[in-house]
Amino acid sequence: MRVARIDRLFPESPSPHPSTNGRGHADDGARVNDFAFKVGTVNGTGSASANSLLLQSIFRMGIPASGKNVFPSNIQGLPTWYEIRVNRDGYTARTPDFDLVVAMNPATYARDVAEVRSGGWLLYDSSWPLDAALHRDDVIFIGVPLGTMCIEAFAGSRERTLMKNIAYAGALAALLDIDMQVIGDSIRAEFAKKPKLIDSNFTALHLGYDYAREHYACPLPIRLEPMDATRGHVLLDGNTAAALGCVYAGATVGAWYPITPATSLMDAFIRFCGRYRVDPETGERRYCIVQAEDELAAAGVVIGAGWAGARSFTPTAGPGISLMSEFIGLAYYTEIPAVFFDVQRTGPSTGMPTRTQQGDLMSIAYASHGDTKHIALFPSDPAECFHFAVEAFDLAERFQTPVFVVSDLDIGMNDWMVPRLEWDDSYRPNRGEVVTAEQLEAMQRFSRYLDVDGDGVAARSLPGVHAKGAYFTRGSGHDKHAVYTEDADAYTEVVDRLVRKLETAARAVPAPEIRLRDGAEAGIVALGGTHAAMVEAVDRLAAEGVALDYMRIRGFPFDAPVAEFLRRHERTFVVEQNRDGQLRSLLMLETGIGGDRLLSIRDYGGTPLSARRVMDGVHAQLAEVAA
Amino acid sequence: MTSIAKPPVRHPGLERNELGLTRRDYEGAMSTLCAGCGHDSVTAALVQACFELSVEPHRVAKLSGIGCSSKTTAYFLRQAHGFNAVHGRMPAVATGVNAANRQLQIVGISGDGDSLSIGLGQLSHAIRRNVSMLYVLENNGVYGLTKGQFSASADVGSKAKRGESNRQKPIDPVLLALTLGATFVARSFSGDKAQLVPILKAGMKHRGFALIDVISPCVTFNDHEGSTKSYLSTRERMQEIAPVDFIPLTHEIRAAYQPGDALTVPMHDGSVVRFRKLAEDYDPTDRDRAYVHVKEHQGRGEVVTGLLYIEDDAEDMHALNRTIASPLYDLPYETLCPGGAALEELMKEFE
Repeated sequence: MRVARIDRLFPESPSPHPSTNGRGHADDGARVNDFAFKVGTVNGTGSASANSLLLQSIFRMGIPASGKNVFPSNIQGLPTWYEIRVNRDGYTARTPDFDLVVAMNPATYARDVAEVRSGGWLLYDSSWPLDAALHRDDVIFIGVPLGTMCIEAFAGSRERTLMKNIAYAGALAALLDIDMQVIGDSIRAEFAKKPKLIDSNFTALHLGYDYAREHYACPLPIRLEPMDATRGHVLLDGNTAAALGCVYAGATVGAWYPITPATSLMDAFIRFCGRYRVDPETGERRYCIVQAEDELAAAGVVIGAGWAGARSFTPTAGPGISLMSEFIGLAYYTEIPAVFFDVQRTGPSTGMPTRTQQGDLMSIAYASHGDTKHIALFPSDPAECFHFAVEAFDLAERFQTPVFVVSDLDIGMNDWMVPRLEWDDSYRPNRGEVVTAEQLEAMQRFSRYLDVDGDGVAARSLPGVHAKGAYFTRGSGHDKHAVYTEDADAYTEVVDRLVRKLETAARAVPAPEIRLRDGAEAGIVALGGTHAAMVEAVDRLAAEGVALDYMRIRGFPFDAPVAEFLRRHERTFVVEQNRDGQLRSLLMLETGIGGDRLLSIRDYGGTPLSARRVMDGVHAQLAEVAA
Repeated sequence: MTSIAKPPVRHPGLERNELGLTRRDYEGAMSTLCAGCGHDSVTAALVQACFELSVEPHRVAKLSGIGCSSKTTAYFLRQAHGFNAVHGRMPAVATGVNAANRQLQIVGISGDGDSLSIGLGQLSHAIRRNVSMLYVLENNGVYGLTKGQFSASADVGSKAKRGESNRQKPIDPVLLALTLGATFVARSFSGDKAQLVPILKAGMKHRGFALIDVISPCVTFNDHEGSTKSYLSTRERMQEIAPVDFIPLTHEIRAAYQPGDALTVPMHDGSVVRFRKLAEDYDPTDRDRAYVHVKEHQGRGEVVTGLLYIEDDAEDMHALNRTIASPLYDLPYETLCPGGAALEELMKEFE
C-alpha cells in the first residue's frame, strides 16, 4: 500500500532512540539499564517512600526510568504494587514483563511469583519459609530476612514495618547496583527536616544491602550503570504539573470536590499558592479555593467566577463530569469561560477509582443535553499537563466556553521523566474579547451575543464595570442581544454562531503531532498518556518491518490535519484505553471517515498501556486483514 | 412569552436619591408573572431598597435559579448584570461571583422549589461558607411554572387548588438557616412592604449570608381557601417580632438611639439596625432563643416575621479564606505568575 506523504508537522522527539534489538544485551549476558521490576506490598505500610527513593536514585544516576503505582482504592491493608522500568533508550512506558519482583505481601505471593518472567528473580522476605508450592524452577529466589533483621534492629511495630521497606530498597541497591551515595543523598534530602529519621533509614538500608552482598552474587545480570541521559529532565507527575500551569496561567479561583485521581491536582495548587500567592507580611491570599459540597457546586463556582472575570478551574474525574454536565451546557450556551481538568479513571459508575482509562472521551466531547460540543486538550505527559493547563485558560477566555484538559490517572499520579519545565516571561494571558468601561461608554448599545468579525466569538462585558455593559445571562432561549426569546430565527442565529465559534476553535487547539515513516503501510492514531507506549511500539514495529505513520491527537474539535491524515491512509489503527472505541467513534463522527478504514486496538483493564499490547494488536489486525 | 422592555418615561418631579437616580432607574423589564403575584411586590420592595440605599445599579450582580421566583431578577435593576443559573444551583454561581469579585453587591433570588428541594444542598453550603450576599427566598408553597404541585415548604394540611391536602412535613428555611449557623435570618411577607424594605436594606449591607424568607403568595395556584400560603392566611397569622429600621452610615447615627425599649445592632460598616418595640423576651442576637420563638409560635399556627437573627461580626467567606481586599478578577497578572526564575528554582526539587 502506498501512502501519500504529508508534511512533517513535528520533528521526532529527541529523547527516545530505538535500539536495534530493543533490549540491549551487554557482552557478559547482563542487561544493563534495560529491565523492569515491581514491588508488591501492603498499602498503608510506608512502602511508597521506599519506592520513590528507588526511582529517584535510578533517575539521579542519569538513567531514564519511570514508576507506575498500581494501588487499591483503600487506605490501609490491601495489596499494592509499584513498578519501575529502567530503559537506557528512554522508553519509559509501562511494561508487563518483569525481570524481578519483590514479594513483600504474603497475600499476593502466588501472583507475584507467577509474574516473574522466565529466568528472572524473586526477592522475598525469608524471615518465614516460603510456601513450597510457589516454587518455580525457572525463577531464581532471593531470600532476605527483612522482617527478622528489622525486629532486631528497631523498636516498636510501626518503625519495624516502615524500615522493612527501606531494607528491601537496600537489598535492591546491592542486587541492581544502585549508587549508594545517590541513595544516601536522597535519604538525607528527604529527611532534612527530621534528622532523627536519617539514622534509622541508613541502618535499614544497610541491613538489606549488606545481607544481599554477603549472601548473593551482586549485582545481578540485570543491573544499572550511571548514564547521562536524564540531564535537563525532571521526575514529575501530571497533577502537580497541571496545578503549576494553573498558577502560571494566573488562575485565581479553584473549586473542587475531592475525587481520586484528581485530588492531588488541587492539593498541589493549594501548596503552590501557599508558596507563591500569599503576601508574606499580611498573610493575604491572591486566590480563593472553594471545597464545594459536590461537583455540581464546584462547576457552578467555577462558572460564576468565570462570568465575573476570574480565571477559574476545577479538577475532577469521570463521576464529576457526569454531575457537572448540566452546568457545562449552561456555560456552553451562555458562553462563559471555565477550565475543567478530567483526570480519567476506570468507569463506568464508580468503576475502579485507582486504575487508569480513557473512558470519558465521548462524554466530554458532547457533555450536556442539547446540541453541545466542547474544546478538549489531551496532554500526553506531565510536561504537557503544564503547558496545556496554561493553554486551556487562554482558549477558554478567547472562546468564552468550557475547556477540558483530559488527562488520566497514569499521567496525573505517576512520576514521569519529562523535560524540565520552562517558562517564557514574555507570556501574557489571552483574556479574549472583553469590553472595557471606556469602550462601553462610547457604544450606542452593547449586544452580548453579536459577532462582528465572523469568527463566531462575541465580545463580553464583566459585571460591575459599566451600566451599559449590563445584560442578562440565561440558559433559556436568547437572541444575539441576550434578550429572552422563543423565536425560531433568533434562537437559531445564536446556536449557529456557536457552531462557527467551535470551528474557529478547532484551528486554535494544539495541532496533532505527526511522525511519518518511509514506506509506511498504514497509519496509527492515539491520544493522551498512551503516547509513551505508542512511540516505543511504532519504533519496534518498524524494526520488525511494519512501518506506520503515527499521529497523536492533541485537541478537540479535530482540525483539518486530523481528517487529512486519516484520508491519506487506506487503513489506520486507532489505539485507545476504553472498551467501546470512543476515539474511533469520534473520528468517524467528526471526519466522516468510514469505520472500515479505522481498525480498533483497545486496552481497558485499568493499567497504563504497554508497547507490547499495541504491537500485538497491530499484528493481530494485520493477520486478519491478510487472511 | 417574550421580554418586554418598559418605556423609559421620566416624570420630572420624581424623587431622586443621593446618586441623582429615581426609582425608575432601579426597575427592570416588564414582569410577565401573573397579575397579583407576590413576587412582583418583592421586586417593588427591592427597587425601593436599592433606591433608598443609593446603590450604583451596575455594581450589583443579580442571580437566580429556575422557576417563577427566578424570573424576577429580570424585573429590577436593568443596569445590573443578571444571571439565570440552572435550577437550584444559584448559590454555587453566586459563590463563584463573590470569589472573583468581592466588590459586587450580590442579590440572589430563589424560590421554595429552587431552594428547598433541588437546591437544598446548595443553599445549606452557601450558608456554611457564609458567602456575602442577599438571598431572597420567594416562598409560595407550590411549583407555579409546572402548575401547582406542592413544594417542600407546604404546611401539613394545606390544601392544593384541586382539593388534596399536603401530608408531608414542611422544610422551614428560617429554622434550617438558624440551625446551619446563618448570620442573618429574616422572614417577611410580600404584602408588607413597610417591613420588607428595611430588612432588604439591612440584608444587602450585611457581611455574610443574609437569608430572607418572604411569604409570597401564588395567586394562580395557592391563594385559595385552605392554603396556608395565601394572602389571607398569611395576614391573619403574621406575628411581627419588631419593626426594623435600617440606618445607613451616611445618616446621623444619633437618630438610631431613641428612648424606649428599642434594640440597636451596629453593623460592620458603621450602619445600624434598630428594632422598635421588641417584645421583652426576644433577643435577635440570640440564635437559640430565635429558634425556640419561631418554633413555639409555629405550634400555635402563627407565622413569626421580622429580622429574626443577626450576627454581623462573623467572618464571611473571604475573611475565612483571608483573601486580598482587591477583587481577584482584576489582579495584575504580574502579581499572580511566579515567573521563569521561580520555576527554574522549583524544578530543582524534581531533579
